[in-house]
Amino acid sequence: MMDILNIFLSDSFWAASLRIATPLIFGVLGALLCERAGVLNLGIEGIFVVGAMTGWMAVWLGANLWGGIIIAAMAGGLFGLFHAILTVIFGLSQHVSGLGITLFASSAASFTYRTALPQVSSPPRIEPFRALDIPILSDLPFIGPVLFQQTAMTWLALFLVAVVWWVMEKTALGVAIKAVGDNPEAVNAQGLSVVKLRMGSVIAGSALMALGGAFLTMSAFDAFFFGMVNGRGWICIALVIFASWQPGKALMGALLFGMFDALQVRLQTEAGAFIPGQVFLMAPYVLSIIALVIVARKADYPRALLTPWFKGQR
Amino acid sequence: MLSPSTTKVEKPLILSLRGMTKHFGPVIAADAIDLDLQRGEVLALLGENGAGKTTLMNMLFGQYTPDAGSVHVFNEDGQETVLPSGQPQAAIDARIGMVHQHFTLAENLSVLDNILLGTEALLSARRNRKSARQKLSKLMHDSGLTAPLDTRVRDLTVGERQRVEILKALYRDARILVLDEPTAVLTPQEADMMFASIRAMVDDGLSVIFISHKLHEVLAFSDRIAVLRHGCKTGEMNTKDADTSSIIRMMVGADHEAPTRVHGIPKQPILNLANVNTKPSKGGQGLQDVNLTVHAGEIVGVAGVSGNGQSAFAGLISGLVQPTTGHVSVNDQVIQKLTPKVMLNAGVGRIPEDRHHDGIVSNMSVAENLVIERLDKPDVQQNGFLRKASIADNARNLTQNYDVRGPGINARSALLSGGNIQKLILARVLETNPDLILANQPTRGLDFKAASDVSLRLFEARDRGAGVILISEDLDEVLSLADRILVMHDGQLTETDSRDRTVIGLAMAGGEQQ
Repeated sequence: MMDILNIFLSDSFWAASLRIATPLIFGVLGALLCERAGVLNLGIEGIFVVGAMTGWMAVWLGANLWGGIIIAAMAGGLFGLFHAILTVIFGLSQHVSGLGITLFASSAASFTYRTALPQVSSPPRIEPFRALDIPILSDLPFIGPVLFQQTAMTWLALFLVAVVWWVMEKTALGVAIKAVGDNPEAVNAQGLSVVKLRMGSVIAGSALMALGGAFLTMSAFDAFFFGMVNGRGWICIALVIFASWQPGKALMGALLFGMFDALQVRLQTEAGAFIPGQVFLMAPYVLSIIALVIVARKADYPRALLTPWFKGQR
Repeated sequence: MLSPSTTKVEKPLILSLRGMTKHFGPVIAADAIDLDLQRGEVLALLGENGAGKTTLMNMLFGQYTPDAGSVHVFNEDGQETVLPSGQPQAAIDARIGMVHQHFTLAENLSVLDNILLGTEALLSARRNRKSARQKLSKLMHDSGLTAPLDTRVRDLTVGERQRVEILKALYRDARILVLDEPTAVLTPQEADMMFASIRAMVDDGLSVIFISHKLHEVLAFSDRIAVLRHGCKTGEMNTKDADTSSIIRMMVGADHEAPTRVHGIPKQPILNLANVNTKPSKGGQGLQDVNLTVHAGEIVGVAGVSGNGQSAFAGLISGLVQPTTGHVSVNDQVIQKLTPKVMLNAGVGRIPEDRHHDGIVSNMSVAENLVIERLDKPDVQQNGFLRKASIADNARNLTQNYDVRGPGINARSALLSGGNIQKLILARVLETNPDLILANQPTRGLDFKAASDVSLRLFEARDRGAGVILISEDLDEVLSLADRILVMHDGQLTETDSRDRTVIGLAMAGGEQQ
């Protein structure tokens, strides 16, 4: 018991929770933006892989880190555009298109990687984002290591939570996005373009998703591995329901998952002798499912989610 | 026939539709329709379902792109502008406002956000909501239409939603207002209030096009009437020269009388509800201590505004909702556990409220839908195999007897029009000679002819000895069909002896009965 208490009191546990949560924050914000506009984007898992690969490769080819971030976002946006063309303009099944994007995007990323580096056995490394060392603040006890020794990408993620919240709640654009996900005809009747709003949201959301992937290769690690995304995209799809499509709650959900995951690693070392390690590996997912079941029963879906809209259709 | 000369233009033109044409696949929804609107008048656009009223207005508002024709708008100086087609923004800029039959509101947003949607620059960080509120409160004061600005639309009643729709148009300084079946969902009192507000604004110079198929409304409220049939304009007249039969002749194309009710002769009790309570159902009230006996040979009308317990009541009789306390008995047998199958076998036939969703399986054929409630009968299946020939025979007979028109018995039932879907359901239900018929909103959204057909069938079933429960929000429907009238409010069912619209309307709104 004391050991578990110690885990919660240690700054490294909280720092790890925030670090693990960071890619999820990007991903869940991206999914939120798409779904608020009425488009489910199951391409998220593949877009994570694309973001991880392109960001890393751009830096490996000589771009600076922020240049890598921008390229990752653009690559994600490109796949978002693809998904938007299929689902918004042609009105195809969002499930099928999204899963197709995931398969296509992750394969294309791996293919590019292999084509560029055919002979390499151990992946080449880049110089990733370092922990920000803010004078005075980072030396504060507890808060210093937890908050002020994270990398710039974690700060970017937290900043984007605020930006997305502000756009959704305080601007006319946010109102229009929420309206187009609830009743596209209301938006059309008021003279706004349903297609533009939906496409823009999907592209921007996909760019955010790609940043989640880029965090993995450019901040958490320093190289690209196959399979490194490992279901994080799917977790985001669940978290956005948990968050009731609200940015603040999305942050909470991502942090909660980060905590479960950080806890699981530490419990393995504490109790690994008696309990098989796989139980701990499962734990965050099981706990997420439980949390989701409790919250999602009352989930308030955007009413037009999954519903294509065509102008002038009877 | 009335010639155009009787409708001489007295006031200046504000809007002129010329040669408006629209095809949907092989169907002509609007065929070269011309329509003029004068400043400060209320023009009623009448016609049966599918006559092209809504299509015409959607073209005016830019939601449909016409295949041919043009929209001309005139400003105060009589200067003429042609609107580019297919652009709602162009109609909005020309100060045309439209209130759709199916509200175009985002339910997850507040009233204020819905009204401001599209009026603000999307990429601007600043929102000037203070001046918007000022303008709105002046508008609400002047028009008498009020709505709670900070409440989310999903929490509003339909009457309030309608007011939001009108305010939305007025906020954009509409000088032409199009109302598509505005009273379809309102109580009589709400409708009267709305008409009074609109009339006041018309006196201040607003011009209104008002779509309806309720004749008494049109006669009471409009200045001029235009009638559409099968996508063509069949007549135009001043309301003061019009009467019911001349309008119906133009709408239907022949003299056609609504079936008149002869009082039924009640016989033995069929259904008995004793002190029934239920949980709330589908967002509506649950039943509270309902006692009711329905006899063979009578039509019992249940009037009320939706959400007051109708869906729990209909669910109970269909076997979908269990009573928490109380007893339900059919033909003197107390039903212990209500399931759809038990009720069906006890002799209850059901005409559901949402005919497209609950009444048919839209991807299955007409023939299949006609036998779907009796798949265990020997003429439908033998040893688990469907008897296709017998099913097809059955379908041919029923579609002929009940005049179900469509692309054929093997076509998907989704391809039928609303009126024909309802006839299909009637055929399926009435063919089994049920002892009790639950008809939930049986004529809602149907045109005059289809509605009269449905009414006739219900009268026939009653005279054959069935008990009929008619649930309706449309007071006219209840008054014209029911032998006995009950009002449902707040989950309670109260019988009324009155046949006065005002008295019943008041009871529907929860007021004291006299």
